[in-house]
Amino acid sequence: MSVFAPIGRHVGEGTIRGRARGGDSSASSILFLGVLWLSLFLAFAFLVTLIVTTVIEGSPRLNALLLTEFPASRPEEAGARPAILGSMMVIGFTALLTLPLGIAAGVHLEEFSDRNHWWNRIVELNVQNLAAVPSIVYGLLTLGALSAIGVKDKNIVIAGATALSLLILPVIIIVTREALRGVPIEIRQGSLALGATSLQTLFRQTLPSAVPGIATGSILALSRALGEAAPLLILGALVFVSFDPNGLLSGYTTLPIQIFNWTGRPQEEFHVLAAAASILLLILLLAMNAIAIVIRNRYQKRW
Amino acid sequence: MSNTNPTEHRLSDEGSAVKITPAAGAASSSIVDPVLECDNVDVFYGNFRAVTDVSMDFGINEITALIGPSGCGKSTLLRSLNRMNDLVDGARVTGRISFQGEDIYGPDVDAIEVRRRIGMVFQKPNPFPKSIYDNIAYGPRVIGMKPSNLDDLVEEALTKAALWDEVKDKLKQSAFGLSGGQQQRLCIARTIAVKPDIILMDEPCSALDPIATMRIEDLMVELKKDYTIVIVTHNMQQAARVADRTAFFTALADDTTGNRTGVLVEYDTTTKIFEDPSDQRTEDYISGRFG
Ligand SMILES: Nc1ncnc2c1ncn2[C@@H]1O[C@H](COP(=O)(O)OP(=O)(O)OP(=O)(O)O)[C@@H](O)[C@H]1O
Ligand SMILES: [Mg+2]
Repeated sequence: MSVFAPIGRHVGEGTIRGRARGGDSSASSILFLGVLWLSLFLAFAFLVTLIVTTVIEGSPRLNALLLTEFPASRPEEAGARPAILGSMMVIGFTALLTLPLGIAAGVHLEEFSDRNHWWNRIVELNVQNLAAVPSIVYGLLTLGALSAIGVKDKNIVIAGATALSLLILPVIIIVTREALRGVPIEIRQGSLALGATSLQTLFRQTLPSAVPGIATGSILALSRALGEAAPLLILGALVFVSFDPNGLLSGYTTLPIQIFNWTGRPQEEFHVLAAAASILLLILLLAMNAIAIVIRNRYQKRW
Repeated sequence: MSNTNPTEHRLSDEGSAVKITPAAGAASSSIVDPVLECDNVDVFYGNFRAVTDVSMDFGINEITALIGPSGCGKSTLLRSLNRMNDLVDGARVTGRISFQGEDIYGPDVDAIEVRRRIGMVFQKPNPFPKSIYDNIAYGPRVIGMKPSNLDDLVEEALTKAALWDEVKDKLKQSAFGLSGGQQQRLCIARTIAVKPDIILMDEPCSALDPIATMRIEDLMVELKKDYTIVIVTHNMQQAARVADRTAFFTALADDTTGNRTGVLVEYDTTTKIFEDPSDQRTEDYISGRFG
């Protein structure tokens, strides 16, 4: 017996040919589509203009000297070597500090804590809000904390990494939770029903399945930290560094700070240098985002 | 199997009498050797009592079917039989559920060990995002079984689940590449691999087509030689075909709170339940007049 068995003939009015009211080719649809395209065009135009003008301005100094030389008072001899190394070092330590902590906190909140307990609800609300706090506030917080424990020289790699870690910690916690939430509950149940413990289930099923999401989100968070200048300036980051940073307690500068410094100089040549360093920073950011996209595509899971 | 009128769900109208006979014949009317016993079991979610006062025994090497209308607490009861309900916030069991005479909710009983001895197959096939081989090997690995040869164990489990011939050439491939029916048999194989005593199945065929369903039913009958099986099903013919005993549940309004709660109406051999039920509600349900 078919569900489509005729119960009595019914012939509808009108024809299916022609245009439907409010369909894809009506005037309002076309207008709406036009507005969408215009918005996209404007956003894209700003971006292209920015990149093109920066590239044009910076291209004369986009050479090996930029990578190998130290800052100097004569622009033609100056380079961003300590800033590049400083950026890498600070971001490296930021990752080291924040990833284990953030992932562990996310795992706890998502997998183990009782979601209905008032305490956990407050923590959750706080994490959400902290993710939206301006970066300079974290600089001030670190500054205050360092003063309180009596650290005089606050322009050290570990201090900068701490400020940036605080900045992206809430983001890491949130992306970890999102990634874990994306792992179907059936996977956990299947594992537990075989007699696996909750820790085995976490380390052998849930976390491995969530790694692509966590990695993607973490890289994006770290690339945000890479572009930050404000919290580091608050901590008194040096603007003129003529040595390579060599450890946790070493003085340092980073690319955004170097760019900030060069832009403030009166000589036109330093502005060119700033533009060139900006391009370098852009390339670094794009590379990090590209890695995130590759990870996401490579390990995408279909359930 | 196709398009029978709901009023014809009776055993007597079933086309495949061949399969019913051995199942029905295997069960004597009283359970001599229960492997799992429920005594006055209530299951709560917070303050809500989902299942009320269930007392029933499960015979060793038998298939027991739990049937009844939606929401009468079949899954709830099933999940409390291997402490999967522990994972639900606020879920709580009163009364006594004993496995081989021991209270599974007793103070020194480990829920992990209970779940290892009493495995579970879910409604939706849920293979792990791993290879076919690793899906099977996962259980033995995590519970620390030290088989002399893991490959043999994997082959044995897949053979028992009637899947070996279909997958033996692609053990290293992702389990997601299998069809729904194959995935479900993989999940059964995965459960067998940890050598449980009892396998609980919650509507294991509801996501499968009739052919795949038939294969799983054949498999269940085959597996009952080594295991005790408890299956929840909405498919009355399925209960009639595979189960030695059938328990009919329904939802009643609680006297005090007015909430609907699941109760056991009638529990007997499948033949008795389908041919000569003693309760009018069972009669109405299996004849399709209710639920
Ligand atoms: N995790 C839960 N939390 C709270 N209440 C639940 C939960 N799971 C089930 N219930 C309630 O318990 C009662 C029994 O549900 P259960 O899923 O056991 O029914 P069922 O007989 O398996 O139904 P179905 O045939 O539709 O699967 C229902 O009223 C349901 O709303
Ligand atoms: Mg159910």
